Formats: sequence, C-alpha cells, structure tokens
Amino acid sequence: MPMKIAKFTFALLTILFLVAPLIAILPLAFTSSVILTYPIPSWSLRWFEELFFADAWRRAIINSLIIGAGTTLLATVLGTAASLGLRNRLFFFRGSMRTLFLLPMVVPAVVLGVGMQVLLARFGLINSYAGVIIAHTVVAVPFVVVSVTGALAGIDERVELAAQSLGAPPVTVFRRVTLPLAMPGVLSGAVLAFATSLDEVVLTLFVAGPNQRTLARQMFSSIRENISPAIAAAAFLFIAATILIGLAVVLSRSMLAKRTRPAAS
Amino acid sequence: MAEFIKFDRITKFYGPLCVVENLDLSIAKGEFVSLLGPSGSGKTTLLMMLAGFEQATSGKILLDGAAINDVPTHKRDMGVVFQSYALFPHMTVGENIAFPLQMRGIDKAETAARVKQALDMVQLSALADRRPSQLSGGQQQRVALARALVFEPRVVLMDEPLGALDKQLREQMQLDIRDLHRRLGLTIVFVTHDQSEALTMSDRVAVFNKGKIEQIGTPREVYDEPATRFVAEFIGETNLVEGVVEAIDGREATVRLPNGAHIVSAVSAGVAAGQPVYLSIRPERIDLAEARGEARNVLETEVTDSVYQGDHLRVQLQNDAHPLIAKLGRRSREFAPGTKVFAAFSAGDCRVIAP
Repeated sequence: MPMKIAKFTFALLTILFLVAPLIAILPLAFTSSVILTYPIPSWSLRWFEELFFADAWRRAIINSLIIGAGTTLLATVLGTAASLGLRNRLFFFRGSMRTLFLLPMVVPAVVLGVGMQVLLARFGLINSYAGVIIAHTVVAVPFVVVSVTGALAGIDERVELAAQSLGAPPVTVFRRVTLPLAMPGVLSGAVLAFATSLDEVVLTLFVAGPNQRTLARQMFSSIRENISPAIAAAAFLFIAATILIGLAVVLSRSMLAKRTRPAAS
Repeated sequence: MAEFIKFDRITKFYGPLCVVENLDLSIAKGEFVSLLGPSGSGKTTLLMMLAGFEQATSGKILLDGAAINDVPTHKRDMGVVFQSYALFPHMTVGENIAFPLQMRGIDKAETAARVKQALDMVQLSALADRRPSQLSGGQQQRVALARALVFEPRVVLMDEPLGALDKQLREQMQLDIRDLHRRLGLTIVFVTHDQSEALTMSDRVAVFNKGKIEQIGTPREVYDEPATRFVAEFIGETNLVEGVVEAIDGREATVRLPNGAHIVSAVSAGVAAGQPVYLSIRPERIDLAEARGEARNVLETEVTDSVYQGDHLRVQLQNDAHPLIAKLGRRSREFAPGTKVFAAFSAGDCRVIAP
C-alpha cells in the first residue's frame, strides 16, 4: 500500500513537472494588466482582442495557418509516398534509406537552418511562403514517415494480393484498399506535420522574411521586444488548437480503427 | 487430356535457393487438382506463380494455350482464396463480394443480383451488411469463397483455405467446396499439406517434395500405388520394409527380406532383379491370425503393443528383422503383448518401391 501511494505521488509530480509551464502562463492570457506578471489585477479578454485585431498578430496567425496547411499537404504526400516506397521488399538498403528519411528529426535545427538558407537563397525562395513551407516540410516529413510506415506494416499483404487477383490494377488497389487501410496513420502523420510547422521557430528565423512571420516566430520576437500578455493569449490559442486537433485525431482514429479492424481469425 | 493449364519446365529461384525445379504439370478444364506436400516443397510458390504474384525464373505457364507469364495478376481472371481469408476489413461482406464485379464494370443492378446469388450459395444472405471482423472464421472463409467465385473466374486457386478452421468445420467445408466444384464445373487448383483433405476433394493429387512432383495421380493411385518412398510415407501411414528383389514376373516381384522370408508384391516398371528396394505395406491391409492362413504373404511376428483407438485397433508387431504396424477393424479381437501371430496380406496389398 505505501508502495502504491509512492508510485501515485511520483506520477503526480512528474505530470506536474510537465504541465507546470502551462499552468504558469495560461492564466496570464486573461489578465487586464499590460505586463506579463503575476498577480493578476482583474480578468479581461483584451489580449485576445489584441491578438485578433493588432495587425502584426493577426498577420502571424494567418501566416501560421497558410504555412501550416502547405506543410501538412506537402509533407503528408511526400511522407506517404516515401513510406510506400520503403515497403518494397526488392529495395536494397531499405534500412539505411529509412534512417535517411528520419535524419531531419535528429540533425540540429540550426544546422538545417543555415543549409536551408544558403540553398533557398540560390533558388530565390528566401523570404517567400514557398521557402518556409519547404523548410518546414523537411522537418515534418519524418513524422509522417514514422506514422504511415507503422500503419502500412499493419496491413496484411495478402489483402492487397487478393484485390489484384479480383481484377484491380495497382492504382485501384492503392485507392480502394491500401490507402483506406493506412488512413489512420496518414491522418496522424498529417496532424503531426501541422503541429511541427506551427511550432517551428529556428528554421523560420533563417528562411522567413518579415512577411512570413508565423505565430511562433512572432511570440519569440515579441517576448524580447515587449513582454506583452498577448504572448500568453497566443500560447492559450496554441494549446487550445493542439488539444482540439488531438481530440479530432483520437476520434477519427478510433472510428477508422473500428472500420478497418483486421478480421479476427 | 485437354490441357487447360500447363506448367512447362517451370523453375523458380529465391536467390540461390531453388524452390521449384524444372516442373511440368498439366491440368484439364473442370478438374480439381491438389498440390500436396510438406511446407517448403514449392507447392504454394507454384500457385503464386499461377496467380501472377510471383514470376517464374524460367519456363512457361500456359492458360488455354496462351502463355501468361507476362500477364499481370489483375488481368488473369483467377479467383484466389487464402488461408488468412484476406477479406477487405474496411468493407462489408456485400461490398467485399461486389468488389470483383465493380472491377469489371458491371452495372449496379446486376452486381446487386449477383452478390445476392453468391451469398445464397454460401448461405450467408443474412450477413451482407456485417464487417468481416464480426464473422467467425468459417463464415469469413465462405465470404472469401463467394468473392472468388462471384465473377466466374477461369480458374479458382486455393492456398490452404481451410488450414485455420477447426476439424469439424474443415470437413464440412471440404464437402461444400467439392459440391461447388461439381455443380459449377470449376477448375480448381488447391494447395494443402493435409493428405486426407487432398484425398477427399481431388480428382488428381500432385505430391510435391523439394520443388519437384514426386507423383501425380488419382487419390486411389497415390495411396495404393505410391511411386516413391516419400509418397508412401507422406500419404497415410505405411510399413516400409527393406529387401532385395529376387525375381520379377510381370506385375509381381518376389522380394527377399533380411531374415530370409519371401514376399510377393505388386511392382511397377523400373525395378530389376537383384536391386535393393523397400516394400510398402499399408497397416490396414494386414490381417492377424494365430494360425498360418492361406494368404500369399505371411510373416511370423510377435505382438509388442496393442492400442484401442475407437474406430480401429492399432497393433505393433516385431519379428527378428523389422517392426510392423497393423490397423485392425474394431470388430477384431484383442491381442495381448507377447502373443505370437501371423501377419498376412495379399500381393496386391504391398508395393515395391525403388529407394
């Protein structure tokens, strides 16, 4: 019994350690004060107003959405294609190839950022939406690859063979069988890609111009310039969006899983 | 025999490993042929090549006279049933069965009618809207069967389709499939490692071993006239006794056993006098008696053990040269261990097999 209590306390402390920063920042989103400190004099939504009506913040939110959407689309398509390719048994160096795809996860973002800036400058893509989307895609693809590879591994290859034998050409097999069965993985890959883009600061610092300032980037710079509670409001927005997306994924996954649960044998 | 499917000197390598070696096999239209063998004998690989999932390293596969080596699977028009059922988990039973019809551009009304007909055929009409995961194994396999038959394929291929089912269900499905084969005039190639399944269902059985066909023939032929030691041992149970051929007289040979006893046995071509051979004697063909009877072959033996197995009595025998197993009908009397008995069988009940 004491052991049980100790375990429970330890778990509680760990969770507290993880969410303490959130607890610290979130109430400040609703402060009426102009500085980002406790105590909170009274409650107010003025900083959310600031967020949505001040030009710099509104622009940043729209930018984040544009870049996030572009990154999600590009990374999901590329990552899914890569996962399908990595499935091919005839493919030599499959293991090392997969590692290569996951490399952006471990390479320091600063290093990637410098390289990206040099490269994008050469193609004239620096300070453009396309440039930022490309940069974010590089770091988002590994998440899609991991997620989709996992989903594909769960598909019984014979189901696809059966589809072929029933008269489905390869493209149809993919559209009617492989993709629907891998959909939970593709979906979570897409969400992870979006989250990565939303969160990305370092690469954005290197390749984005003033017109592509994202929400994360805006928070980063405004915390140095003026410590306004608008940052806390933006953080609140971030967390709310993340939770919503997470919920959507969990729900859609469980619905898909119910549909695509492999036949019990 | 009309050749509907023909394997012409098919060889298949996986890297350095030869899984099918220079194999010839012809199958007639409407025939039910089982490919029987232990795992790794090449039978499934051959089926996969026929379905187009695998490519032969060399040799030709002909369907109705035309080479199909380069025809992709989806254009071969063959229904495949897998041991794992391979149903589409994200579609209902009805959608699963409609799939091959949709692939052929058949209109909605006819698709619906044919799906219904196929479901009736496998007695699953009530379950059309269920998902595969809501069905039992036997029901899933019947759906897979309906899906493979609904588009009236030219050939139906089955890869151990009943392997995952329990014994009773398996036997029922064997009879169901055999019945469908007869009623619809299907050409079926059936892979199995279960010899009784092959004997029950097939017009002909091809016995595979190490990438080659050891023997092909009707169930009766492969059981009663095994051509090789492998076939004799793989199909059913048998007593193998070593001996040397002393004389050959037409279709009968006289074989001398190491202890000097002589056995007269049926023999096929390819065996010469003086050659060391095996005799295959099926346990159920042996009679036991305490007096030396009139049979052509009589061996003096002693009972070492006797086990009652419900439908038969299994008696283990031993003499100075070799052990012997006899299966006696359930009406037989018991034999106590130590009893001296004569084991009797006719010349037609044993076969000479070249080693």
